[in-house]
Amino acid sequence: MRYSALSILKQAFAGNLGWKPAWREPQPKSHYDVIIVGGGGHGLATAYYLAKEFGIRNVAVIEKGYLGSGNVGRNTTIVRSNYMLPGNEPFYEFSLKLWEGLEQDLNYNVMLSQRGIISLFHNDGQRDHYIRRGNAMMMEGVAAELLDRETLKKMLPFLNFDHGRFPIIGGLLQRRAGTARHDAVAWGFARGADRLGVDLIQNCEVTGIRRENGVVTGVETTKGFIGCNKLALAAAGNSSRVGEMAGLKLPLESHVLQAFVTEGLKPCIDHVITYGAGHFYISQSDKGGLVFGAEIDGYSSYAQRGNLATAEHVMEEGVTMIPGLSRVRVLRSWGGVMDMSMDGSPIIDRTSIENLYLNCGWCYGGFKATPASGFCFAHLLAKGESHHVARALRLDRFERGFPIDEAGAGTQPNLH
Amino acid sequence: MASLISCPHCGTRPKEEFLIRGDATPVRPAPMAAEEAWHDYAHLRANPRGRIREHWQHVAGCRRWLVVERDNFTHEVFGVTDAAKAGEGAR
Ligand SMILES: Cc1cc2nc3c(=O)[nH]c(=O)nc-3n(C[C@H](O)[C@H](O)[C@H](O)COP(=O)(O)OP(=O)(O)OC[C@H]3O[C@@H](n4cnc5c(N)ncnc54)[C@H](O)[C@@H]3O)c2cc1C
Ligand SMILES: [Zn+2]
Repeated sequence: MRYSALSILKQAFAGNLGWKPAWREPQPKSHYDVIIVGGGGHGLATAYYLAKEFGIRNVAVIEKGYLGSGNVGRNTTIVRSNYMLPGNEPFYEFSLKLWEGLEQDLNYNVMLSQRGIISLFHNDGQRDHYIRRGNAMMMEGVAAELLDRETLKKMLPFLNFDHGRFPIIGGLLQRRAGTARHDAVAWGFARGADRLGVDLIQNCEVTGIRRENGVVTGVETTKGFIGCNKLALAAAGNSSRVGEMAGLKLPLESHVLQAFVTEGLKPCIDHVITYGAGHFYISQSDKGGLVFGAEIDGYSSYAQRGNLATAEHVMEEGVTMIPGLSRVRVLRSWGGVMDMSMDGSPIIDRTSIENLYLNCGWCYGGFKATPASGFCFAHLLAKGESHHVARALRLDRFERGFPIDEAGAGTQPNLH
Repeated sequence: MASLISCPHCGTRPKEEFLIRGDATPVRPAPMAAEEAWHDYAHLRANPRGRIREHWQHVAGCRRWLVVERDNFTHEVFGVTDAAKAGEGAR
């Protein structure tokens, strides 16, 4: 069923009784051309683009919970392409371009809101760094603007400009960045894939990877064995555990990241704003709640909940940046398990095992990557070679000495 | 994660006094070891769910390196040992 203004009108007069489920609930077949492990944003997008762009429709997505129960439904929804390194920036810009056409493509409202992201800086060194980043973006054809303090004061009068230790002296703006409704992204890709014939199999955990003569032939699941030609792992925070089923040891460590949302307010924060004196970021959802977060808790974790000390730290950062926040009540907080990689950048690659493909290492930046990750992973699965914007995102870049380390933090996952 | 960590030297202290380095399992190879051994040590992690050993440093206390043995799913802490005693000093 195609969604349109007319369909809404028709259903309104028909008592809204005619809506059909957005996707089927099929039983698994015995064999697929491609099985994707993980029904998060990346797994669903991969299935969609496999079917739509590359004509491979005998595909299953296997999800241990319900679709979108992982990080795709837990993130702070920031979408941007203001990266610095040549291995990353073309990939994220490709993603942003896909975002810009996604709603028409999927016939689904993902509520993309290109409200702009402003990254604040607080000292000369940081300003130089952001100028460099802006220049690096422009070299890849992506617009960036440097805002001075006076301009910022007019745009964001509620900021704490004259903080004794962290005065705000300017910001880097990417106007095309913004937010999207995270659940809708999962649902939109799920519906799109389903309509092209992909089987979405929920509440089915992959418990083993079967290999014959070293070649992957299928997966053991809680619903029995399912065979495949190619197996594509997109398990985000659980990538190491799924990879281990095939004997892979990956450059990943799992960590918890928390997010917070306040009571609904009238429109007050029009952009996504990030604080340079910490790692705080905030935006206002269309419902009015302020959505914000900061860095990971720092200890390895598979629990989807964090520590109160981190919550306190996040609140302190927020109130330092926007003093008025101290009067707002936080409604909810939650956590998600991040696949932190050794250089802070993702991996989209084949593995040393035949028929086994890997998509992981998204750290806390994988939501914005959802369309490009799916597209490039599908490209790799269908054509056997990397999409040109994803060529640097290789699994062997660590041993070959080509890490993509935006933060310059070295091989310590909890610092990225 | 538990909010309190029992340092073997300083007693029970808030978690925020500690810096977390990461997995304590990898052991530094000999200087001239093969490149694969260094790659494995520097980059690859088993990253299991469950009982793990992690390097923490008591930066706001005795500044000793410690090995915290804990569960990374339930967040239960089983024990804290000085890294030298735990045989991890050569990392
Ligand atoms: C609090 C928070 C804030 C974030 N903020 C942002 C942001 O502002 N911008 C941004 O770009 N990114 C952000 N991220 C990161 C982003 O959400 C993730 O990088 C991205 O969602 C990961 O890809 P995914 O959607 O495929 O993951 P997931 O949705 O986690 O999908 C993985 C799926 O695999 C399933 N799975 C795992 N093991 C198995 C198994 N054995 N069998 C079957 N299924 C299995 C899981 O159940 C899960 O549904 C944030 C993350 C968090 C937690
Ligand atoms: Zn101590």
